[in-house]
Amino acid sequence: MTSSSSSSSSNSIMDNLFQRTLEDLIKSSRLNFLPEHAFISNAMDEIRKEIKSTDPHTKSTALQKLSYLSSIHGIDMSFAAFHVVEVMSSSRFSHKKIGYGAASQSFHDSTPVILLITNQLRKDLKSSNLFEVSLALECLANAATLDLARDLTPEVFTLLSSSKVYVRKRAVGVVLRVFEKYPDAVRVCFKRLVENLESLDPPIVVAVVGVFCELASKDPRAYLPLAPEFYRILIDSKNNWVLIKVVKIFAKLAPLEPRLAKRIVEPVCDVMRRTGAKSLMFECVRTVVTSLSDHESAVKLAVEKIRELLVEQDPNLRYLGLQALSAVVGKHLWVVLENKEAVIKSLSDEDPNIKIESLRLVMAMVSESNVEEICRVLVNYALKSDPDFCNEILGSILETCSRNVYEIIVDFDWYVSLLGEMSRIPNCQKGEEIENQLIDIGLRVKDARLALVRVGRDLLIDPALLGNLYLHRILCAAAWVAGEYVEFASNPFQLMEALLQPRTNLLPPSIRAVYIHSAFKILIFCLDNYLMQNEGAASSYSNNMAGGDSVLVIGKKSTEALDLPNTEGQNYDQDEGFNPRNTNESSEDFPVGNNVDRVVTHESIVSVFNLIELVLGPLTANQDVEVLERARNVVAFVHLVKVEIFDDSVQNVDISKKKDAQVSAVIKLICNAFSMELGLVSISAQSRVAVPDGLVLKENLDDLQAICGDTELPSSCSFGVGGHHFDTTFDTSSSNLVKGEDSGPANESTSLLEHRKRHGLYYLPSEKNDIVSDNYPPANDPELSSNINDEAENLARLTEQSLLLKKKPNQMKPRPVVVKLDDGDVAPILVKKPEPRDDSLSGAVRDVLLGSETGPSSSRSNPSDKPSGKAKEKKKLSTDLPSETKEQLPDLENPNSRSKNRSHKKERRRRSPGNIVEEGEEHDQKGKKKSSRSHGKHKTRQRANSPLNSQTPVIPDFLL
Amino acid sequence: MIKAVLIMNTQGKPRLTKFYEFLPVERQQEAIHNVFAVLCSRPEHVSNFVNAESIFGPDARLVYKHFATLYFVFIFDSSENELAILDLIQVFVETLDKCFRNVCELDVVFNYSKIHTILDEIIFGGQVLETSSAEVMKAVEEISKLEAASNAINLVPKSVSGWRTR
Repeated sequence: MTSSSSSSSSNSIMDNLFQRTLEDLIKSSRLNFLPEHAFISNAMDEIRKEIKSTDPHTKSTALQKLSYLSSIHGIDMSFAAFHVVEVMSSSRFSHKKIGYGAASQSFHDSTPVILLITNQLRKDLKSSNLFEVSLALECLANAATLDLARDLTPEVFTLLSSSKVYVRKRAVGVVLRVFEKYPDAVRVCFKRLVENLESLDPPIVVAVVGVFCELASKDPRAYLPLAPEFYRILIDSKNNWVLIKVVKIFAKLAPLEPRLAKRIVEPVCDVMRRTGAKSLMFECVRTVVTSLSDHESAVKLAVEKIRELLVEQDPNLRYLGLQALSAVVGKHLWVVLENKEAVIKSLSDEDPNIKIESLRLVMAMVSESNVEEICRVLVNYALKSDPDFCNEILGSILETCSRNVYEIIVDFDWYVSLLGEMSRIPNCQKGEEIENQLIDIGLRVKDARLALVRVGRDLLIDPALLGNLYLHRILCAAAWVAGEYVEFASNPFQLMEALLQPRTNLLPPSIRAVYIHSAFKILIFCLDNYLMQNEGAASSYSNNMAGGDSVLVIGKKSTEALDLPNTEGQNYDQDEGFNPRNTNESSEDFPVGNNVDRVVTHESIVSVFNLIELVLGPLTANQDVEVLERARNVVAFVHLVKVEIFDDSVQNVDISKKKDAQVSAVIKLICNAFSMELGLVSISAQSRVAVPDGLVLKENLDDLQAICGDTELPSSCSFGVGGHHFDTTFDTSSSNLVKGEDSGPANESTSLLEHRKRHGLYYLPSEKNDIVSDNYPPANDPELSSNINDEAENLARLTEQSLLLKKKPNQMKPRPVVVKLDDGDVAPILVKKPEPRDDSLSGAVRDVLLGSETGPSSSRSNPSDKPSGKAKEKKKLSTDLPSETKEQLPDLENPNSRSKNRSHKKERRRRSPGNIVEEGEEHDQKGKKKSSRSHGKHKTRQRANSPLNSQTPVIPDFLL
Repeated sequence: MIKAVLIMNTQGKPRLTKFYEFLPVERQQEAIHNVFAVLCSRPEHVSNFVNAESIFGPDARLVYKHFATLYFVFIFDSSENELAILDLIQVFVETLDKCFRNVCELDVVFNYSKIHTILDEIIFGGQVLETSSAEVMKAVEEISKLEAASNAINLVPKSVSGWRTR
C-alpha cells in the first residue's frame, strides 16, 4: 500500500465513521431543527462530498441518501449518474443493489453514461447469484435504451429458458421493454416467449400473459395467430390474475375476428358464471359488453351481473356497474332503461365518481320525448348539488341538448326558458356556453326569437345579476338578442332602460359596448316606429327610400367584401337586401304581429333621448375605445335627431315636413341596415378561402411590427357578435349620406393604397381581391384541392358547405326550422383510427408468427407484411443508404455498423459465431425473407400499408 | 401496465414513490401534489377509484386505499383490472404488515429501502409478477440476508483490517 493511498484511506475511515446513514438522515429530518429546504441543502452538501469518496461504502451510502431525497423530496440526481455506474459495479451485493436501484430510478434514454453500463449489465445477467441477475433485469426493464436492448438481447434470450423461475419470470417481464426499444429482438426472443405460455409454473404464466396483454393492447391484430394458446389458458387456468389478463387479451382480439368471438363467448360466460372473484367477473362483463355485444345471451348474462353490481353496498362495485352500463349504452340502450331507477338514485350518491357516471348515463337516456322531463329533474339536482357537480350537470345538459344542432329539441320556447333558468342557478359557471347557445339559437331558429327576447329581457332587467361575474357573458348574449330582435319585444322602452341601468358599470368594457350598441338598435327601432305612426305612407319618402336602400346595400356589400370572415352571410344578405320590399316587410310585419303596447309617443321618445344623454354622456370620455366610440355614436346621433325633429314645434307638421323627411330617411336607412338578418358563419369559412399564389403565410413576420408602428391600429372589429358596419358620420340629407358611405371606404382605400405602395409584400395581389370577394371557390375546385396536403385542409374540404338552407314556413311541422349549414357549422368530430404505434414491432411479430407457425410456404405467399416492418427498422437503425448488400449481413451485426462503441462491436464479433449456431433457425428464415424482399421496395411497402387481410387464414382451423 | 406506486400520508407527504415510466423529478412532485389534492378532497367511504387522466395523461386510472394515516396509491392503464389492483394493494399492505408486525407510518418512513425491496418483488417494470405475499416474504428475507452478509464484512473497512494485521 503506498503512502498516498493510505492517507486517502485514512480519510475515508474518517468519512466512514462520521457519515450519516440513510436512517440518520431520516431521523434528523424528523427532528425539525431546520426548515425543510435548509435541511435538504445541508444534506445535499454532505452527499456531494461523500459521493466522491473512494471508499465504496461511503459512496454507496451517499448514493442511497441521494436516491431517498430524490424520490421523496424531488431532488434532481442526474449529476450523480456516473457515481451510480460506479456503485453498480461494486462487487458487494448491498452496494450493487443501491446502485441498480438508483439507476432504475434516475436513468432514462438521454442519460449519457448509460452507454457505460452495458458490460456491467451483461456480467450481472450472467451471474450465478439469481438476485444479482434480478437486479440487472430490473434495471433493464426500467431504463433500457435502444443500444442496451439491442446489445443485451442474447442474454435476455438465454434467461428466457432459465431453470430458475425467479429469474425466468423477470426475463419474461423485461422482454416488453426490450421489444419496445428494439423491435428486431422479436426475431430472437418471440418463439421462446410463446413457449413460456405453456409453462407449468404459474408465476411464469402470469408474467407471459401480462406481457402479451400489453403487446396486444398496442396492436392486437399481430397476435391473432396466438389465439389458440390463449384459448387453452382460458379453459385450463384456475389463476384469477391470469384469467383476467387472458380475458383482456380476448377483448382486444375478438372484434377483429368474428369467428373467434363466436368461439370464446361461451368460455367467457362460463368463467363469469362460476368465478367467485368480483374482479374476474367484472372483467368478463366488461369484455362482453365491449367486444362481444353482438351475442345476445352473453349480453343478457352480463346485464344480470351488472344489476347485481348496482345494488351492492360497496361503492366500488356500484361504480364499476355504472361504468359497465355506459359501455353497453351505445348498442343496448334498453339495458340502461331497465336500470333507470338505480341510475337516477345514484345521482344523489355521496361519491362524486358515482354521481358523474350516473349523470352520463342519464344523459344517454335523453331523447326527443323525455328531454324536458329529464332536464327538469337534473336542474333540480343541480340546485341542490355542490358547485362542481352542479356545473357538471349544467354542462352535460347544454352539451346533450345542443348536440347535432339541437337535434332533440322540439320546443325551443321551453329550451330557451331553460337556458334562462340555468343562468339563474347560483353556482352556474357555464356562462360562455349559454351565451353561445342563446346567440346560436337566435341565428338559427326564427321561431324562437320571441322567447329569446323575453328571456333576455328577464335577465337584463334584473339588476342583481349584473353583480355575478359568471353571468356577464350570458348578459352579453341577452343584450345582443334584445337589440337584434327588438321587433319581438313587448316593451322596447323597458329594454332600453335595462340596458342603460346604472349597474351596467359593473360589466367589462367589451360587454358594455354590446349593451350600448343594442341600445342604439332599440333606439332606431323606436324612432322608426314613431315616424311610421306619424307619417303613414308618405309617397315622396318611399321613393327616396327605395333608391337609398339599394345604394346602401351596395355600399354595404363592398365594405363587407373587405373583411373575409363576414362574407359568409353575404349570400343571405343579398337575397334579403336586394329586394327592398322584403326588408320593409320584415320591419312592418312584426309590430303588427305581436304589438302589445307599441304606441310610441312623443314623450316617451323624448324621455329616451334624455336617458341616453344622461347615461351615455359621461361615457364619451370612457377609457375603453369600444365603449367610447359606441357611446359617442349614439350620443351624436341623439343630438342630431333631437335638434332636427323635436326642437321645432312638432305640432306644425307642414313646416318641418321637409326636414323630417330627411331625418326619417336617415333613420330608415339605419333601421334597414339593422333589420338585415345576420346569417350563420361556417367555422371553416376562413380556411376555405384559397391562399393566393405568391402569398407566403408562414414567412417570418417580425418586421411587420416596425411597419405597424407607423400606422394607427384599426379600432373597430372586436365587437363581439353584431357585425353591422355603419359609418359614423351622419348627414342631414340622404344624398350626402350616400356620399358619406361611399367616401368612407374610399378614404380608407386611398390610405390603404399608400400603405400598400410602401409594404406591398403583405398585401394580396390586387386582381385577386376581386376573386376572393366574389364568392367562395366551389367545392371541388382543382386549384384548391391541389393545395390540400395536410389534414386540416382536408377536413375543411370534408365540411364543405353549400348555401344556407332557406326557411320554408311549414305550419304542419311542430318543430321549428333550425337553420343549418351543411356540416359547416359544427366542429366535425372525426373518429380517429387507432394507428398501430410501433409498426416495426408488430411487423416483426408478424414475421415471427407467420414464419414459425405456418412454415415458409405461407410466408412466401404473402410477402407484403414482411418487409414493411423490416424496412422501417433498417431505416431507423442505420442511417446510411439502405443498400441491399449491407442488409445481407446477419441482423445482429448490421445495426452496429454505426455504433459509437467500438469495444462493443469487437465483443460481439467474438461472440457472434456462437449466436449464429444458437439461432441458426432464425437466420435461415431471414435468408428466405430477404429473397422475398427483392421485389421492388416501393410495391411492397405500399401493399404493406393496406389492412392485412391475408392475416386471417393464419388462425389455426380448430378455432374457426 | 402500472405507471406508478405512491405512498403518502394524510398530510400529503410522500413516503414512497416509484415511477415505472420515466418522469423528471419536478413532474413527479407535481403529480404527487395533484394526486394528494384529489385524494384529500374525497370523503370517507366512497369508491377507491379516481379518474387520473388529468394528472397522468390519457388512459390513466388511479386506485387508492386509505389505511390509518397513509394513502396507498397505484396508477395504471387499461391493461389492468381495477378490482385486481385493489386486491394487489391489499397484498402489498399485508406483506408490509408481516414484515414489520402491525405496520405503521413510521415503519414506512424508516425502512425506505426495505419497502422498495418488497415492492420490487411484487411489481417488476410495471408488470405484476408476484401476488403471493408468502413468496414475496421469502425473497425479501433472502435478499436481506445477502445484504447483511455483504455488509458484515464491511463493518471493519478493508484498510483498517489491513492496518491491524500488519
